[in-house]
Amino acid sequence: MATLELRGIRKSFGDVHVLHGIDLQVAEGEFIVIVGASGCGKSTLLRIVAGLETATEGRVLIGGVDVTRLEPKDRDIAMVFQNYALYPHMSVFDNMAYGLRIRGLPRAEIEQRVRRTAEMLGLGELLRRKPRELSGGQRQRVAMGRAIVREPKLFLFDEPLSNLDAKLRVQMRAEIKRLQRRLGVTSLYVTHDQVEAMTLGDRLVVMNGGRAEQVATPMEVWREPANMYVAGFIGAPAMNFLHGRLCSEGNAVDLRAGCAIALAAPPAGVKDAEVTVGIRPEHVRIVGNGTVGAIPLKVDLVEPLGAESLIHGILPSGEGLTVRASDCSPFAGTTLPVVLPAEHLHLFGEDGRRLRLAHARSATARVRAGA
Amino acid sequence: MRKKVIFPQIGLPYLLLLPQLAITSVFFFLPAGQAIWFSFLRQDAFGIRTEFVGFENFVELVQDPLYLESLWITLVFSFWVTALAMSVALGLAVLADRHIRGATAYKTLLIWPYAIAPAVAAVLWIFIFHPQVGLLGRFLNGIGVAWDYKLNGTQALITVVVASAWKQVSYNFLFFLAGLQSIPRSVLEAAAIDGASPARRFWTVVFPLLSPTTFFLLVINLTYAFFDTFGVIDALTKGGPAKATTTLIYRAYIDGRVNLDLGSSSAQSVVLMLAVIALTAVQFRFIERKVHY
Ligand SMILES: Nc1ncnc2c1ncn2[C@@H]1O[C@H](COP(=O)(O)OP(=O)(O)OP(=O)(O)O)[C@@H](O)[C@H]1O
Ligand SMILES: [Mg+2]
Repeated sequence: MATLELRGIRKSFGDVHVLHGIDLQVAEGEFIVIVGASGCGKSTLLRIVAGLETATEGRVLIGGVDVTRLEPKDRDIAMVFQNYALYPHMSVFDNMAYGLRIRGLPRAEIEQRVRRTAEMLGLGELLRRKPRELSGGQRQRVAMGRAIVREPKLFLFDEPLSNLDAKLRVQMRAEIKRLQRRLGVTSLYVTHDQVEAMTLGDRLVVMNGGRAEQVATPMEVWREPANMYVAGFIGAPAMNFLHGRLCSEGNAVDLRAGCAIALAAPPAGVKDAEVTVGIRPEHVRIVGNGTVGAIPLKVDLVEPLGAESLIHGILPSGEGLTVRASDCSPFAGTTLPVVLPAEHLHLFGEDGRRLRLAHARSATARVRAGA
Repeated sequence: MRKKVIFPQIGLPYLLLLPQLAITSVFFFLPAGQAIWFSFLRQDAFGIRTEFVGFENFVELVQDPLYLESLWITLVFSFWVTALAMSVALGLAVLADRHIRGATAYKTLLIWPYAIAPAVAAVLWIFIFHPQVGLLGRFLNGIGVAWDYKLNGTQALITVVVASAWKQVSYNFLFFLAGLQSIPRSVLEAAAIDGASPARRFWTVVFPLLSPTTFFLLVINLTYAFFDTFGVIDALTKGGPAKATTTLIYRAYIDGRVNLDLGSSSAQSVVLMLAVIALTAVQFRFIERKVHY
């Protein structure tokens, strides 16, 4: 168990700049999930922490010690790879014991530690098998076991669940979370699956194009995304974005779709500007005919999901809007009046960054105090 | 499921096989059959009288101390050729694997020796080992080592071992390189994270994972050293001095072509043929079972 600190990590492969200065502070025992689209540099960042790549610039500190120049073996970390990277010629037992043998632990202790870890992961019966004689889920467990048995300072996971089927993935996700809680080892977990990110992480690092767009708890990221990229990336289905313009000294926003919405407070620092208004599909309210301030949504496609439906429609401005509704399943072609509640609107400036309302912080604080 | 090509007539597949079968029969089965037949016969010195002697040629071979010595030389020779060719190739492949970008140029350079005729290879090695002309030979004599592979049996053996191994290195290299490249990088990275030093990674992960390749090459190299090194030996030492480099294959040639003892030469060929068959059988078993780690 240890803290981890990244200071201004940059990485280039020749002319290709992959990471543009990542800073991160991880507390002891914290579970950090790095999430982002494919190719944004997540694995590269993880490999720099592991020591498998060297950063072009920046420092890595584990437990307060600068390990930037150290080899992987001197960093006391364990990593679970996407393809598990088990030693194909060794039994499950030997796979797990390999690192312990190198550390020169006494035979009896190795035996004891491997058995205990194997029991914990339900691998007790499989210790003699070779990796090729295991199912994907079992291999995944062995890879986890190999990491756990070493009792390292830091766990690194690079999309460890992406090769499993959907059901097993959900099951292993919960299991990883439980294990990490129980062992309390500081962890860095890379994924491109935002559900995995939301459910696993104490905090998320949302990456885009080699930059950390936002570092915050899952709920913060969801509630107050720092910019349009994060807003669009986290949450499924993705947030709706509409064109608008601030009016009345910034106290209201005039949507191109045809209505003005009064804001609780003007955004700090801007009064009159083009903005992008974001609203999550689950926050759009379907109202009765004739409600004042409602916008007509021409229903285009309805996707029933069981408990709820996704309604895709077109606003008068031609912009698309997706609504998640639990008690409404209209036919395509009908028109639904919808309302966008002011308290659920996210405003983004022309540079894509979130515009904070002057009193937004205290509003969040009230919500928290009430909860 | 294995795909089957369906021919409209039963005759066509056989017709297509015919040229190959004909060539194999004329150049292999017929001479091989003849050798087996001759191995049971004995001719007098002038080739006038021939009598059937059963296994006597074989019995004589086994009792001939010179033949047993040839056998020993062959074993020593094959062991060193195989060991040298494989270890050098493995070393080069490991180096090339690290700098994979340059590997194409590297590969091309290294494959050359394989394409060179044994006689040409031998001439090249004469320029290195010859006591008066050769680079290394002159150097050794210069520093006071009495080097002359045409007088010293051990030195002769070293010379033919090096020249024979050299020709085989490139072949081994290609297989080892392919084997190394098929080891997933993440497995090696996992070992590095587990704390293994590069040397330990090599011996506990890389080498075991290469074992199918190594085994395959072992058989190939032994076969090469046993049967395919005639040209190199003939061009460099002609089996001498004092038979120090007379391997079984070279002796079979000398007895047959030079001493015209066809019976004994044929018996020797039959023995060699059995050895080839044994090695090939080992290899087929290996290919079928793929050697599991
Ligand atoms: N060794 C390398 N040489 C050159 N470019 C590389 C190298 N490794 C990674 N890259 C580039 O760096 C970028 C980030 O790669 P990385 O593997 O970190 O992405 P990722 O976020 O893990 O993506 P994924 O979700 O697909 O795994 C990619 O554009 C990739 O092409
Ligand atoms: Mg990746």
